[in-house]
Amino acid sequence: MKPFQYLRPKTIAEAISMAADYPEAQYIAGGTNLVDLMKRGIASPSKLIDINHLPLKKIEHRYDRLRIGALALNSDVAKNKSVLSRQPLLAQALLAGASGQLRNMATVGGNLLQRTRCSYFYDLALPCNKRKPGSGCGAEAGVNRTHAIFFAGNGFGGNEKSSCIAVHPSDMCVALTALDTEVVINGTSGERRVPFKDFHRLSTLQPELDTNLQPGELVTAIEVTDNAFAQHSHYLKVRDRASYAFALVSVAAALQMDGGRIWDARMALGGVAHKPWRYWAIDLMLRGQAPSEKLFREVAEHEMQSAKATTQNAFKIKLTSNAIVAALKAATGIS
Amino acid sequence: MDLDHDAIPPDVPDEDRRFFLKQSMFFAGLSMAPADFLQAALAPDDGPVGNAVKVKLSLTVNGKRRRISIDPRMTLLDLLRENMGLTGTKKGCDFGQCGACTVHVDGRRTLSCLTFAVMQHGAKVTTIEGLSDGEKLHPLQEAFIKHDGFQCGYCTPGQVMSGVACIREGHAGSADEVREYMSGNLCRCGAYPNIVDAILEVKKEGTKV
Repeated sequence: MKPFQYLRPKTIAEAISMAADYPEAQYIAGGTNLVDLMKRGIASPSKLIDINHLPLKKIEHRYDRLRIGALALNSDVAKNKSVLSRQPLLAQALLAGASGQLRNMATVGGNLLQRTRCSYFYDLALPCNKRKPGSGCGAEAGVNRTHAIFFAGNGFGGNEKSSCIAVHPSDMCVALTALDTEVVINGTSGERRVPFKDFHRLSTLQPELDTNLQPGELVTAIEVTDNAFAQHSHYLKVRDRASYAFALVSVAAALQMDGGRIWDARMALGGVAHKPWRYWAIDLMLRGQAPSEKLFREVAEHEMQSAKATTQNAFKIKLTSNAIVAALKAATGIS
Repeated sequence: MDLDHDAIPPDVPDEDRRFFLKQSMFFAGLSMAPADFLQAALAPDDGPVGNAVKVKLSLTVNGKRRRISIDPRMTLLDLLRENMGLTGTKKGCDFGQCGACTVHVDGRRTLSCLTFAVMQHGAKVTTIEGLSDGEKLHPLQEAFIKHDGFQCGYCTPGQVMSGVACIREGHAGSADEVREYMSGNLCRCGAYPNIVDAILEVKKEGTKV
């Protein structure tokens, strides 16, 4: 591991000014991904800014929204009473990810910024456009069983493959994509807010960039607006083993129901694209309808029309379709 | 020197002292060297690798306060094993995938391989060595022996530390729940059913863990 200077700021302003002066500096919170990347030589910050002592751990409900500090631990968020009663989908997604130990270390802000687990990204001997822009994508013609089936341009007549077919690894971010979430970001020019859908990037142009965070900016909180989904939400994760594995496919479904009919519907898919994939049309397709397996099958197959398999992951298209149906059935309580 | 000598047992190498001695010998050597050697020795790329920067750290390990000066690249796992001689905590994968390095930091189970030791400044760390009460084993250690919760034993310290936390967290209510909340601890010998039995028994007996 390359030597680095270790810094421990006490205030947000101090942390931001430390990062602003040094482009090769990186913030560290839980470290569950960054320490791993530094050990392998994939990340090599010249300065490591330990933000764990900043006052960003609070989880609170204010006005019409739940505000979760960027340093709140995944395990604390998952058992927080406000989260469980107002946004149970978020708690379900968090508990579907990682292990007891990792959830005790990983923070909300770090979860947003974790990097793909694509094996080509992790192997320094192989080409990877994300790790080394322009070196090519090893996965496209290689081992790509777990890789993306949705790409930039789909649904807009494009269908062109991006130069990176890696998937975003987070469960939490899939739930946040389905909900109305904002990311609160601080930088040298003050605070800004980004809708969750615009925080992560598709891989069309610069796959080395996972997010639209600018250099030196610090995620300080996420805010989830109140909704009426608590009774009818479900996070379904499909993976190669029963626990402690990244998703092959995951589905976050959030519905509002009244009088046996669906009045509002949100859905996001994990493990299928470079960022959590929002199924935008689902609200139009389900609004005013009574839940049924037939309807859910139509809805699932509609979205999968724009999916495109690589050489080894055609199974994911059927799997995602089935997972959408199962998640909607669980959320609406039909058998 | 900023070192709490009373807290460090004599068998533990004294990092600060060793570093000081190395430096003294280096400068002693220089004073006798011809001028051209001196110039070469001071070239920027020729310094001792990894010793350029040391950071001071104070933390409590198994109830003892330790103050130490370390390379910031050192993980908590390496600090415990290599520097403090606490080799009960095991290095399995060293990448956060196996759970063998599980310790408790401020009461929470944590992977010691995925955190830099400097980040634990001021923390209270408990390792497998600090779990038993002297010669008296912790109830979960007894239960592992009774239920044969291991074969080669390499994952066992991590399993026990994680199992204690699992019970304390209230996630040992059923075999399914134990399996889910212990999934971060791998056992390649496959002692899982016996590990689950040991945890369930301690939970059922209601012994304070």
